[in-house]
Amino acid sequence: MGRVRVHLPPLLASYTGALREVDAEGETLAEVLEDLDRRFPGLRFRIVDEQDGLRPHIRFFVDRAQVKGLDASLEAGDEIHILQSLSGGL
Amino acid sequence: MSSSAASPESGPLSLLVGTKKGAFFLRSDGDRRQWAIDGPHFFGHIVNHVVLDPRDRRTLLLAARTGHLGPTVFRSGDAGKSWKEASLPPAFPKLTRALERPDATSGMSGWQSAGSRRAFEPLPGGGPDVQIAEPPGGRVVDYVHWLTPGHASEPGVWYAGASPQSIFRSEDGGDTWQPVAGFNDHPMWATWTQAGEDGTPDGSLLHSINVDPRNPSHLYVGLSGGGVFESRDAGAGWRPLNAGSVADFLPDPNPEFGQDPHCVRVHPAAPDVLYQQNHCGIYRLERPSETWERIGDNMPREVGDIGFGIALHPRDPATVWVFPMDGTEVWPRTSPGGRPAVYVTRDAGRSWQRQDGGLPREQAWLTVYRQALCADAHAPVGVYFGTTSGELWASADEGERFACIAQHLPLIQSVEVAEWGG
Repeated sequence: MGRVRVHLPPLLASYTGALREVDAEGETLAEVLEDLDRRFPGLRFRIVDEQDGLRPHIRFFVDRAQVKGLDASLEAGDEIHILQSLSGGL
Repeated sequence: MSSSAASPESGPLSLLVGTKKGAFFLRSDGDRRQWAIDGPHFFGHIVNHVVLDPRDRRTLLLAARTGHLGPTVFRSGDAGKSWKEASLPPAFPKLTRALERPDATSGMSGWQSAGSRRAFEPLPGGGPDVQIAEPPGGRVVDYVHWLTPGHASEPGVWYAGASPQSIFRSEDGGDTWQPVAGFNDHPMWATWTQAGEDGTPDGSLLHSINVDPRNPSHLYVGLSGGGVFESRDAGAGWRPLNAGSVADFLPDPNPEFGQDPHCVRVHPAAPDVLYQQNHCGIYRLERPSETWERIGDNMPREVGDIGFGIALHPRDPATVWVFPMDGTEVWPRTSPGGRPAVYVTRDAGRSWQRQDGGLPREQAWLTVYRQALCADAHAPVGVYFGTTSGELWASADEGERFACIAQHLPLIQSVEVAEWGG
């Protein structure tokens, strides 16, 4: 199982104890999120809905390329960015 | 009509204010002259509802989401000093393989196209797996809108109403939530809820979950839009309860369902008496009758009987407060004429009196949402409302005179009273 580095948005600071970068295990984005949720309970559901869809204003990038599904496969050493999209205005 | 009123409260109390940018708590002692504000809590969160558990007077539940993060429920077991997130927030079941079959979802294209409502009706003779109307990707809770503590005999039980219209139940004080399948998966769910079609500006929602204080299995809910629905078997079965209430925005203004109740309340001391502030008027129902009476017809014509919230006197089933809004022409949803007032009836809606003591006399275009008008349980009763312009108004004398106890808050979504006792 590959180890990847995950960059987290400030939105999730209350779950991670303000950590902005963590290492995680997984061969897919889904597995990495499961790993994160084990360590930071509740984090996954705030950014992924009950049908495994990404929340509308959350974006995932793997090595700076946007991915739109949890089945995206990963390799050891990948850099994952979880970002809050530019949206709203109020 | 039987009535069993509790004794008046006299101890300290708080107003639990949910706003678009967090929660604020205002505390006062029994005389309600001075209020101390505390907050924001969950700063930046859209807080839809904060409710105290009256069974233990220390557990608080708070429904929230942010613009980016999905919906959840936070819990406090120490009156708001500390909070924990639900370990299993309200959510629909993950879409099953059976529902992903093309033949099982072929009748549901209207979810995305907002086409004919018939597209959502259950397939005749279909098995359980095809009777649940699902959008192609499955249903997703957008936000939790409403929280209701369960019956006094069921400590730990809570109900939550969500958007899209759905009910969830917790049996462990709000830590884990399960869908109320009897409603969410009812063969008529998509038809009753007008799934994929009309809704409030923030999406269709289920609100006003009322538990009959005599019977934990007897429930009422309100759907915007959809109407009032009743269950007598703890949520296993449901039926519309809308006769007499008007839906003047539909071709048939008197349908079995499809109305738009904005707020429905069962009287705690006389549970056969229900009141609702509807999109189309103010109504009263006294069971076993099945027909709502439009008591708003007795409001002054120049004010009308449109509004969002409705508050009940905790001991007198004939006394009710509303906050009228302008529902004419393009529906500005503000105080009629820019002159805000609460209206009270003390005779079950036969007559109404204007209460504007302390409120601005003119050029005040206030909007009060459905969860933002409430009453406490003291004597005399306190009446409270919060506005979308961030003002919180309080009266300690049953609406005779109001004072602004907070201003410049974010848009107020909800105001609830927490009676701490003692």
